[in-house]
Amino acid sequence: MPEPIISIPPATPLNPRKRAILVGASSGIGAALARRLAREGYTVACLARRADLLQTLCDEINRSSGETRAVPYTHDVTNHKVIPQLFKDIVTDFGGLDLFIFCAGISLPVGLENFDFDKDQATTEANYIGALAWLNPVAELFQGLKKGQIVGISSVAGERGRVGNPSYNASKAALSCYLEALRNRLTRHGVHVLTVKPGFVQTDMVKDAKKLFWVVPPEQAAEAIWKGIQKRKQDIYVPARWRLVMWVIRNIPSVIFRRMSF
Amino acid sequence: MPSTLPYNKLTRLENFGHSLSAPSFLYCPTSIEEIHEAFLMAKKEGLAVTLRGAGRSYNDAALNSLGMVLDLQGMNKILEWNPETGVVTAEPGVTLEILWQVVLPDGWWPPVVSGTMTTTLGGCLGMNIHGKNNFKLGTIGDHVLEFTALLPTGARITCSPNKNGDLFRAMIGGMGMLGVFTSITLQMKKMDSGLLQVDAYPVRSLDEHLKALSDGAPQHDYIVGWLDTMNGGKNLGRGQIHAADYLHGEDDPNPKETLKLEYQVLPPYIFGVFPKSILYLFMRPFSNNLGWWGVSTAKYIASLRRHTFRQPHAAFHFLLDYVPNWELSYGRGGLIQYQSFLPQETAEGAWREILTMSLKRSLPSYLGVTKRHRPDDFLISHSLDGFSLAMDFKVTRSNRSKLAAMLQEFDQIVLGAGGRFYFAKNSETTPETARRFLGDDTVERFRALKKRTDPDDLLESDLYRRVFG
Repeated sequence: MPEPIISIPPATPLNPRKRAILVGASSGIGAALARRLAREGYTVACLARRADLLQTLCDEINRSSGETRAVPYTHDVTNHKVIPQLFKDIVTDFGGLDLFIFCAGISLPVGLENFDFDKDQATTEANYIGALAWLNPVAELFQGLKKGQIVGISSVAGERGRVGNPSYNASKAALSCYLEALRNRLTRHGVHVLTVKPGFVQTDMVKDAKKLFWVVPPEQAAEAIWKGIQKRKQDIYVPARWRLVMWVIRNIPSVIFRRMSF
Repeated sequence: MPSTLPYNKLTRLENFGHSLSAPSFLYCPTSIEEIHEAFLMAKKEGLAVTLRGAGRSYNDAALNSLGMVLDLQGMNKILEWNPETGVVTAEPGVTLEILWQVVLPDGWWPPVVSGTMTTTLGGCLGMNIHGKNNFKLGTIGDHVLEFTALLPTGARITCSPNKNGDLFRAMIGGMGMLGVFTSITLQMKKMDSGLLQVDAYPVRSLDEHLKALSDGAPQHDYIVGWLDTMNGGKNLGRGQIHAADYLHGEDDPNPKETLKLEYQVLPPYIFGVFPKSILYLFMRPFSNNLGWWGVSTAKYIASLRRHTFRQPHAAFHFLLDYVPNWELSYGRGGLIQYQSFLPQETAEGAWREILTMSLKRSLPSYLGVTKRHRPDDFLISHSLDGFSLAMDFKVTRSNRSKLAAMLQEFDQIVLGAGGRFYFAKNSETTPETARRFLGDDTVERFRALKKRTDPDDLLESDLYRRVFG
């Protein structure tokens, strides 16, 4: 269904356009977030590996808003070396930055009885190291500006290590921990850090998975994230009911937990 | 192409009202050579440069997104002061506070001052400030004998009304876009006393208010009005007029005493007991429509008693310095000031419409100040034969877009009534609205002078890009 034209009054000093960088924009939660932010009048730098999907997304957003609100930048988060210059280029192009969202992530399932270092390394590189490579220059900028919002898309999977996909769990746990440390560092500078912990979201990541429940469409996740950004929440679960479930799961003693096979 | 300067060196600078901000590379030169070096570095890095004094502009005049900002407050030496003739030469970072404290003990006072003494002379000239006596003594530019400046080309020039006259009349009021002042020579005004005779009386309507200003002005040395912007209907435009006069000869029996600095001090306690330095924190809960309606109504009732009294110069002029950090009491979003200058004939009608609109939309101004003005012949001029009304609006996350839209509508009303705007205030002026009151001729002449003094467009600010870009 084509999006209705959402026009926003032209930017003025009292009512400036907010600018965002979204890493991992081509599909899933990232794409839904890009659309949601553009509807609010944000100018979004959309970064992703798959250039064709990215271009389609940006064209669609710009068509429906009647002006350029989504700008594509092809980028692979494992390519750390280019990040500092790319970040500077985008900030210069946009004249500043108000919001950064790290939404890139992969999941490479490893069978229950298998071990695969290459998969583990690739998962960690994309989900955690890639995040670090971006969060560092962003945090440095926002710290100096004493203003800004950082959003990291982690997962409920990071709350505990489980049998299914150890390196995915670990990478998300590391990301959640790093975001918390960043929050502690940056709060004193007036910068807001939001950790998002989605459960199952209907995206490419879960297309082959079985035994899913409470699956939400990416648009619903994007809406919840947008509310978290507006209200400057510290962490949110998507959907919210996961908060209670994860509290229980976090507190299951190991003597029981290690015998569970989920 | 982004510059090579690292982004962790960016500082966030704000306007005076804390409602606008921009990240910049901030440098604080203390000599002309250092300014020149900063210009060269900016050219090499491809950065635009904005000059900044005390940053008291209510808008983006001293802001420069992702550019370089030169904070000149460190260049604050008095170069020469002659207590016989009243001629002072100062570096651009000298504030009005330093200035009056140097000249008053010798029996002089700056002929034109702003409502706060924290402004720098460079900033005062850059905006061509006016005070509560604009109708009589004009703008600060009218009292500048001479200034020296460094141009972005590297050239150093001296300007006076008769030497480089076109640059003299353009750099004063030129918003720092043509060059940087390196020394400013002003004529002070002789004072027989450290006191002013002040007459404070109420006015009950907008009509009466403006009449009081225009009738009172020829009879006094200073006149200013407070306008109750929180009440409309038949009370629209009510307020209080303060008219002040110098004391001459025997009027002040003890001028030696009153001219001393200690006599001019602003009282540090409100009602004698409450420390002013933390007063703004207690003002915060009242910083909403209901709170300010209460304050304004109470103030009007208090003003009903007409009274005359004597007041030291500093206490009369520097009302913005009375409550330290008052601008923080407006909360996180800060405030924006909207000031419009209107001819005598059309002022009442236009302001009636504007004030009524602000009340109807629940976006009222919390403070209104009126003054009487006369025109000047500087190139970029905000003044005319009429009045000004300055309105302070609280800015919040939820009202920003509605407020911006309302201010843009105000612009159309003001311009339709033949009004003008002042570039140290107002955030919504566009190239179109600027051309309407400046005229194409003025804009072209300014651009031509800029091409001469700054061919590479080194000096730019967010304001300049917004209005002349």
